[in-house]
Amino acid sequence: MLHQLTISELTAKLVRREVSAREATQACLDQIARVDGKIHAFLSHDAADALAQAEAADQLLAQGGCAGRPLLGVPVAVKDVLAVKNQPLNCGSKILGNFISPYDATAVEKLKAAGAIVFGRLNMDEFAMGSSTENSAFGVTRNPWDADRIPGGSSGGSAAAVAADECIASLGTDTGGSIRQPAALCGCVGLKPTYGRISRYGLVAFASSLDQIGPFTKDVRDAATLLGVMSGHDDRDSTSVPQPVPDYAGSLTGDIRGLKLGLPKEYMIGGLDAEVKAAVDAAVEKFTQLGAEIVEISLPHTDYAVATYYIIATAEASANLARFDGIRYCARVEGDNPIELYARTRGAGFGAEVKRRIILGTYVLSSGYYDAYYLRAQKVRTLIRNDFLKAFATVDAIVTPTSPTAAFKIGEKSDDPLQMYLSDIFTISCNLAGICGVSLPCGFTRGPKLPVGLQLLGQPFGEATMLRLAHAYEQSTSWHKEKAPL
Amino acid sequence: MASAEIDVKYVAHLARIALTPGEEKKLGEQLGHILGYIEKLRELDVANVEPTAHAVPMVNITRADQTQPSLSHQAALRNAPKKAGGLFIVPPIVE
Repeated sequence: MLHQLTISELTAKLVRREVSAREATQACLDQIARVDGKIHAFLSHDAADALAQAEAADQLLAQGGCAGRPLLGVPVAVKDVLAVKNQPLNCGSKILGNFISPYDATAVEKLKAAGAIVFGRLNMDEFAMGSSTENSAFGVTRNPWDADRIPGGSSGGSAAAVAADECIASLGTDTGGSIRQPAALCGCVGLKPTYGRISRYGLVAFASSLDQIGPFTKDVRDAATLLGVMSGHDDRDSTSVPQPVPDYAGSLTGDIRGLKLGLPKEYMIGGLDAEVKAAVDAAVEKFTQLGAEIVEISLPHTDYAVATYYIIATAEASANLARFDGIRYCARVEGDNPIELYARTRGAGFGAEVKRRIILGTYVLSSGYYDAYYLRAQKVRTLIRNDFLKAFATVDAIVTPTSPTAAFKIGEKSDDPLQMYLSDIFTISCNLAGICGVSLPCGFTRGPKLPVGLQLLGQPFGEATMLRLAHAYEQSTSWHKEKAPL
Repeated sequence: MASAEIDVKYVAHLARIALTPGEEKKLGEQLGHILGYIEKLRELDVANVEPTAHAVPMVNITRADQTQPSLSHQAALRNAPKKAGGLFIVPPIVE
């Protein structure tokens, strides 16, 4: 079952020429044909192009060309918000019409240079705004563990595709938890790198001070591998940081003795599901057995994170999404003058959540309200960031639940935007503080059986230590080996 | 917490989004609810706190001023909703 393999398992077989990249790619395509009618993780995929890339990879493999190409022959699918040259790009929205990307995102370019077979457009909440993938203009993605439930969001397609073994790994983006929360709800590993770690050139911007690209994988080692491939400074993104890229996969030593893990008391809130809490408590106990030291910490401004986020993210979105005006691209709706054309194009093209956020963001930036909302939120952001920097003076990483509950039912929260926003409570602070975070499986609820995610938060550019902790825990459990019943 | 009033029609105009009367009404209710929640930030004293715009502050990022390859004319126009003579076509801007 080649589609079920991890990156490290598949590349070992490819290098030994036990299997071909074509066979591995075909296995993923067959799995898509078998299950995606039910899951709907993919908006589209070009099978012929994927197989052509696979054949090119096989030729390189035959020539011993795997040196410097750690992903040679590995099929990786991509969220519909990242540009892949000559592929459609819709951001889960109707507004982009038949847009075809004229260039590759830097992260995609790096994957291709590392030998990956980059294929498919994965479903998402429109413009990455949502926590359930119900805001896609192209229909909801279903959770592979229970088709009546959401896969999380906004990168719901990316999480579901990996959990359903429709690809070996995938890319998503995380602005307030959009990688970690769906990874938790679908039972895979999802990594949000530190702000500035991976270039965002070719990522359609939602909230520029928060967005990051990151991988979805079947285990922690694969996440470390993809992080290593995609990280690094890029002249085309001035927010990417000119810092050396450590050997992330090499840092997974399994030895976490003496590392200090902070447990924030503010995260044991009222809305936390009892089974989720039990799974996280058990994971904390496991870390103790592995030799880590658990330290209770305080992040006193946690309760203000959601409100802060929904001012900053919507304000930035209102500016970023101004470009979708029907002039250079978009499905245009004509008007007698440019203003009318813009308003009609955007009125027809954007979905309800995107309109809600653009209007909220426009309001908090508008004359007379800027100081009261936007400036105040930026100041509270400083307080939230300082909470983390203070905590990291004494601990190496922080452990929390990823989401307060397991996957909820489709439609359960879609009429109440505020309730939906509050489901991001554990993931949002990480983006505001600009630190890194990872979600990995830590158990299941009992009835029904749904994955529970554990979140580790690391210091700015502290991915190596954070992943070492995640990997040591993962290797002492078997949660990540369980497969969704498809 | 007092629920803030938001003139949806006016803000939607600023945002260049045409709304139906039904959308305006629903958004007004939902945004009032969300703004009510956001009011909780007023509980905090931020008088002496500097704002954070970016979590990893970097300033004056420059690169050498060199010509580099860019999109061809044809590629840049590929997704244009309306084009002619190598240009984007738009409605009249000047009377």
